Parts: sequence; structure tokens; C-alpha cells
Amino acid sequence: MADESINKGRRRFLTASTAVIGGAGLAITAIPFVETWLPSARAESAGAPVTIAIGKIEKGQMVRYGWRSQPVFVVNRTPEQLEWLPKQDPLLRDPKSNESEQPKYCQNATRSIKPEWMVLIGICTHLGCVPDYKGEVKPEPFDPNWKGGFYCPCHHSRYDIAARVYQGVPAPLNMVVPPYHFVDDTHIQIGVDPKGAA
Amino acid sequence: MTDKTFRASMRSLSALLVALAVALIASPSAFAEEGGGYANANINVHDEASLQRGARLYMNYCVGCHSLKYLRYSQMADGLGLTEKQVMDNLNFTGAKFGEPIVSAMPEAEAEKWFGKVPPDLSLEVSAKGADWVSAYLKAFYLDPATNSGWNNTVFPNVAMPFPLWQLQGEQVAVMNPPENGQPAAVKELKLAQTGSMTPAQYDQAVRDLTSFLAYVSSPDELPRSRIGAWVVIYLVLFTLFALVLKKEYWKDVH
Amino acid sequence: MGAFTQWFNERAPGLGAVYKKHMTGYYAPRNFNVMYYFGSLALLVLVNQIVTGIFLTMFYTPTAAGAFDSVQYIMRDVQWGWLVRYMHVTGASMFFIVVYLHMFRGLMYGSYKKPRELVWLLGMLIFLALMAEAFMGYVLPWGNMSFWGAKVIITLFSAVPVIGSQLVDWIMGSFVPSDPTLNRFFALHVVALPLVLLLLVVLHLGALHEVGSNNPDGVEIKKHKGPDGHPLDGIPFHPYYTVKDLVGVGVFLIICAIVIFFEPTVGGFFLEHDNSIPANDLVTPATIKPVWYFSPFYAILRMIPSKGFGVLAMALSIIVLFLVPWLDRGKVKSVRYRGVGYKVALTIFAIVFILLAAIGADLTPGWIVSIFGPDADITTIENLFGRTLVVLYFAFFAFLWVYTFFGLEKTKPVPERVSTHD
Repeated sequence: MADESINKGRRRFLTASTAVIGGAGLAITAIPFVETWLPSARAESAGAPVTIAIGKIEKGQMVRYGWRSQPVFVVNRTPEQLEWLPKQDPLLRDPKSNESEQPKYCQNATRSIKPEWMVLIGICTHLGCVPDYKGEVKPEPFDPNWKGGFYCPCHHSRYDIAARVYQGVPAPLNMVVPPYHFVDDTHIQIGVDPKGAA
Repeated sequence: MTDKTFRASMRSLSALLVALAVALIASPSAFAEEGGGYANANINVHDEASLQRGARLYMNYCVGCHSLKYLRYSQMADGLGLTEKQVMDNLNFTGAKFGEPIVSAMPEAEAEKWFGKVPPDLSLEVSAKGADWVSAYLKAFYLDPATNSGWNNTVFPNVAMPFPLWQLQGEQVAVMNPPENGQPAAVKELKLAQTGSMTPAQYDQAVRDLTSFLAYVSSPDELPRSRIGAWVVIYLVLFTLFALVLKKEYWKDVH
Repeated sequence: MGAFTQWFNERAPGLGAVYKKHMTGYYAPRNFNVMYYFGSLALLVLVNQIVTGIFLTMFYTPTAAGAFDSVQYIMRDVQWGWLVRYMHVTGASMFFIVVYLHMFRGLMYGSYKKPRELVWLLGMLIFLALMAEAFMGYVLPWGNMSFWGAKVIITLFSAVPVIGSQLVDWIMGSFVPSDPTLNRFFALHVVALPLVLLLLVVLHLGALHEVGSNNPDGVEIKKHKGPDGHPLDGIPFHPYYTVKDLVGVGVFLIICAIVIFFEPTVGGFFLEHDNSIPANDLVTPATIKPVWYFSPFYAILRMIPSKGFGVLAMALSIIVLFLVPWLDRGKVKSVRYRGVGYKVALTIFAIVFILLAAIGADLTPGWIVSIFGPDADITTIENLFGRTLVVLYFAFFAFLWVYTFFGLEKTKPVPERVSTHD
């Protein structure tokens, strides 16, 4: 037959190129299968942003909503609660919210867009229980100096009225603030950032 | 018979069998039921403008009773090249959110009371009955005082549905054949007794649009499918050619 | 690559030997023709069914209430769900096209004859398992044809004497196909039968490799070995047939891609229209028919006017295939050297099989009307046509036995070596 070395070289080239083309095809074919795991249209719909009316929420009141199967707390904070907020800083684990999860536009003193309105995901960062809202500024059995906030009955973690976690409790982080924005003065949409922000 | 002749005749026979199989597949599809098929609906799901017109007709005249529960508004927006705003402003009469399915607002219990039957969901109607049937059905309504709704349909006799498009098509009446041998009189043909806002040609187009839209709803995947398919086939042809060259190279050893 | 091979062989030397025995050391005849692609293609389709099937199982709901909706969920809401589903459905039909051609190759070249009877029997068992697997798979979408097809086929078992009607209730787990039926079919279709199929395929290939492949000339290549101990007319499966089968795979995938992306329902043959309607035990489809690949056997069932004998005839039409190695007493393997009678009979058999499929698929009424006019008595004509075909189907096997047992076949001399071109 012809020169053996040419044969081998040609064979190696042809084998390699066919393998590359075939391999590319297989890899590309794998992509749709992997993508089937992405959230389906049904999941996207269920996870869609939720618009809530806040006009009827009274001062000091907390109302619970659902978004992405999670409890969302919306609090209409009183001036008294807001007054005590900055004074809690020395007692907190992470007063500047450096470790916790919140949108950029909520990494501030009140962890919110407007000071009176607090929006948070009501899940304790310790082991996932839903904490109680203890908004009144009055002594409580778990804290004689209570200035309003959230108390988790499961393992006694405590958060202030901006959902920031106190020192000396099992929970490691401030509670999560979800993306949200004001559609108008009486409506908040949870799940979408304000235009031009974050 | 020599070996060569036998092989040649086997080759022609195989070709014949393949042709037979292909002819079987291509023969009037399983839609053509007893009594023959219906006129070709001439739809085109790749005509976006037609789908949009069809969607508008559906939302104006059909969704009041008939759901499309397997299609979401958001998916319809994608398929028809519309924005969320366009869909929510012009096509959403059920009050659903953008990501939710298209469900008729009519409660089933009420529908059953009024029509004797719950208006069926139409998401898969074209899949089940064929575009030709749907198209023919939409053109075959006629006035019939004997029924509850005052309407009847030659494609679906004694259907419980009243005709929602009479303002567009106009009103047809049935021209009957004389009754023979104790059999009830049969419909010979339909005649337009009262014109509607559309000419027959315009109504034909409207039916084509509506049927195209329903065909899209039955298989929305058809839109990306043929586009991707072209590339897949091109790739496979390329791969096969490379494999063929590789095979011939190695088989030099054998011959 | 070499370093890895060495590392591996130091730790599992037996496995390396197995690979060598079945790939580079397996000498296959050099004269394989186009009919020899279908075995490897069947393996490819099996892999496809398993992979796409696993992904479908991730999104499918195996309950009577949720199944139909979950299929629409897959088709519309799951990213690329439509592609996975169509690959699975097309694969199912392609499986049967490939397997029928593969079996026909066996009939053409006498691949079932000694010493390959076991290969043939295992292949027939695969065919049975495949039919069960496909039948159960078709029930899972819980469309109206799924329901009524299940009802009709399961009810056939009532023809079994004595235990018939209890058998039917036992299979269904209820008095009508419903949740229990669907749940158990799901378990069988997704887990049990795939395992059985995999085992049978391994045994089938193992049995084949024990005796070596047949070839279009029906010549036993092991009879003439070279000085190196390998058959003169044999070539190592790897690389020669791996590379050739790659071309076959390419062509096959082109056909599959055209179907999947341009015409996945194939006019209602691969995916029946009535299955776009949810299962309804009060409304029967206008014609109940199984998917096309069961059509020939369904036609045999329908053409026999009695239920009991119809079921028996249908069962026999498959059982008789198991018996072919013993019905055929001829010594010559390949149709190329067999008597004219065999060539004619096999040709007629192939045509009969396709025409029976047309009857089972309900194509004949349309043909009859176009040939005989709209007033034709479809039932009578179809029965006449169909029953003739049923007789011809079984006649092939009877003829095969008579022809070979009584030495009526006039064969041509079989060469010692394979013909050098296809």
C-alpha cells in the first residue's frame, strides 16, 4: 500500500476531526437536557413579582404576604421605633449589614427605601423558623429593654425593627430583605428593584 | 436468475417497498374520517401578523367561554412577537397575571346550565381534530330554529354552541334536500341569507387567522422547532460526510 | 491515553481483555452490507430512549389526574421539554423500524440458523419485551387513545380460558384502566422493562459473539483461518465496523432529525391525534387503533371474526417467529443462494406484512373508496383482502417448512469464501 507514515498521519487527522465534530455535537445536544432543569414557565409564573397594597396598614402594624413560597413581612414603623433604631447598633452583630443579604439600596440605617416601611423575608437566619413580630416598645420576658423588633420562638433569636440580629443569639445574620420598589405611595411590588437602582 | 439480476431486482424491490411505505405515510392523514376530508385550511403558523389577528379574534369572540389553559399569556407574547404591555392591554380579558394561563372567566357550572355542556378547552383542538376540520367548522354554522341556541352546524351536527362570529360572517341558512323514504331532510348546502360586516373573502381570511392561531396554540414549539431543525440537519450532514471520509480511509485496508 | 491504559490494565487486567475480545479482537465478516447497520442503530435508539426517558420522568406526573397535564407541562413550560418528548416518541417508532429491518435481515440471510438459534431466540424475547414496553409507554400520557388502547388490549386477555376475566382485573388493578393501572405501568415502563431489555441485549450480543456474526453470503468465515488464527474473511470489529457504523449513525440521525424537527407526528402515525384529548371513559375515539408498529398484528386480530381465535391468531403470528430456526430445514443460509421459491415467498411475506400494517392502521377504507367508489362495501372488501393476507402470512411459515423438509428447495452452490463486494 502507500507510504505507511502518510496513512497514519491522515488517519489521525481524520479521526481527530471527526471526533471533534462529533464531540461538539454531543456537547451541544447536552445543553437542552441540562437546561430542562432551569425554572420552568410554571415556576417563573409562581415566582413572579407580587404587588401589594399598603394603604390600609396602620402605624406599628405588620402584615404578612407570600412571595416565592416565602413569608414577606411589611411593617409600617412608628416614629418611636425609628427613634430607637440607631441606638441598637452597639448591641448588634452586623449593624452595617455587611454580611447579610439585602439590595444595595437597602444597605442603610433603616434597611429600607423609605424609613417608615420595612420589607423583609420573615425567615430566621438560624434554622429557618418564622419569627414573631413584637413591635411594641415595652419590656418583654425575653428582654427587659426591648425596643421593638422580631423574636424567634424556636431558639430565642432576636432582631431589631430593621430585622438586624442581636449579639448573643444563635442566628448569625440579619434577616433577608428582598428586592422591591414602590409602584406608587400605596403599592409595593416585591421581586423587582426600583428603576435605575441596584 | 443470476446473482447480479437477483441483486438488481432486490434493489428495485427495496426501492419499491420504501416508496410504498412513504406513500402510506403521505396518504390522506389519519384526519380524513368517514365521508372524506375537509377543504385545506391553508394556515401558516409562521405568519406572525396572521397569528396576531387570530389571537385578537379569539380573545374577542371565544375566550369568554373557551379556555386555552395550557398556554400562558407570557408564552403567547413570545410566540406572537408582542410585548407584555401589548398583551395585557389588548388581549387579556380574563384578568389573569402575565405569567398565568389563559382561562375563561365563565364558571363551568353556569356554562353547563346554559349550554347543556361545558365549553371545552381549545388548547389542543387543532391537534385533535386537524386545522381543516376547525376551519370548516367555523364556516359551517347556519340558523336553525329547532335547536336551543337557534344555531346548527353541518360539520358538527346539533352542536350545543351558538355562533359567536355571526356579526362577521353574516347569517347562513340551510338549503335542504327533499326528504327521501322516511329519512329526515338532509342539508344540501349553506347559503348566506344575511351579510355580516365582512365579505366572504374577508371572513375566509379571518377563519384562516383564527385557525392558524389555534394551530399555534396546539403546538407552540413549532415556531422554534423548524428553525433549529435546519441547523441540526446541516450539522448532521457535515458530521456524516466526515464520518464517511474517515470510513473510506480505514477501509482502504480491507479492499 | 497509553499511560491510562497501562494504569488500568495493572489493576483490572480482565476488563481490558474483555474489551479486546469484543471490539478489536472480534472478527466480523468483511462483507456486511446495508442490512447490517440496524443492530448498532437499535442500540443507539435504546440509549436514546433511556436518556430521554429519564429526563421525561423528572417532569411527568404518574397519576390519572395529573398525567395529561404534566405532558403539556413538559411540552410547553419545561425548557426544551418539547425536544425531549419528541426525541422519545420518535425514538419509539424508529426502534420498531430498525428492529423490523434487523429481523428481516435475519430472515434474508439465515442468521437464525445453527449455531445462532440462541441469538435469534434472545432477539425474539427482546422483541416481546419491546412491544410490552412500547404499549405501556403509550398509556402513560393518559390521552383518550392511551385509555381506550389500554382497555382494548388488556381486555384481549379475557380470551384466556378459565382465568381470563380475573386476569384482566389483575392486570388493571381495577375494573377499568385507571390510577392503579397507570401507576403499575409507570413502574414497569420506567424501571422493570428497561432493566429486562438491557439484560437481554447483553445476552443477545454475548450469544452472538460466542459464535460470531453471519454475513450476506451465509458463509461461515471461521472455516478458513489465516496463519494468525483469524478468519481470512474477517476484519476486527474495531476500527472497521465502529467507523462504518458511525456513518450509519449519521445517516440515521439525519432521518430522525427531519422527523423530530419538521414532522414529529408524521401525520398522526407517530403520535395519534386522539391522544390530544384527555382520557374519557365515556367517549370512544372513532377508530381505536394502536400505534403503527403494532398494526400488522392488530390487523390479524381484527380479521378473525371470533374473539378467542383472533387473539390466538395474533399470539401465534408472533410465536411462529420463535420457531423459524426449526421450521426452516434448509442448509443454505443466505437468500442469495436459496431456491427461487424461497426468494418469492420472502418477498411476498414482506409485502403482506406491510399491507397488514395498512389494514391495522385503518388506511384501507380510504383506498377502497378511491378504487371502488364511495358506495363500496368497505367492510366486506376489507375482510376479503385482510383475511387473504392473514392466510398468506401464516402460509409463509408453512411453505418454509414444507419446502425445506421435503427437500423441494433447489439451492445454488454456496461459495467457500465471501463475495468481495456487497
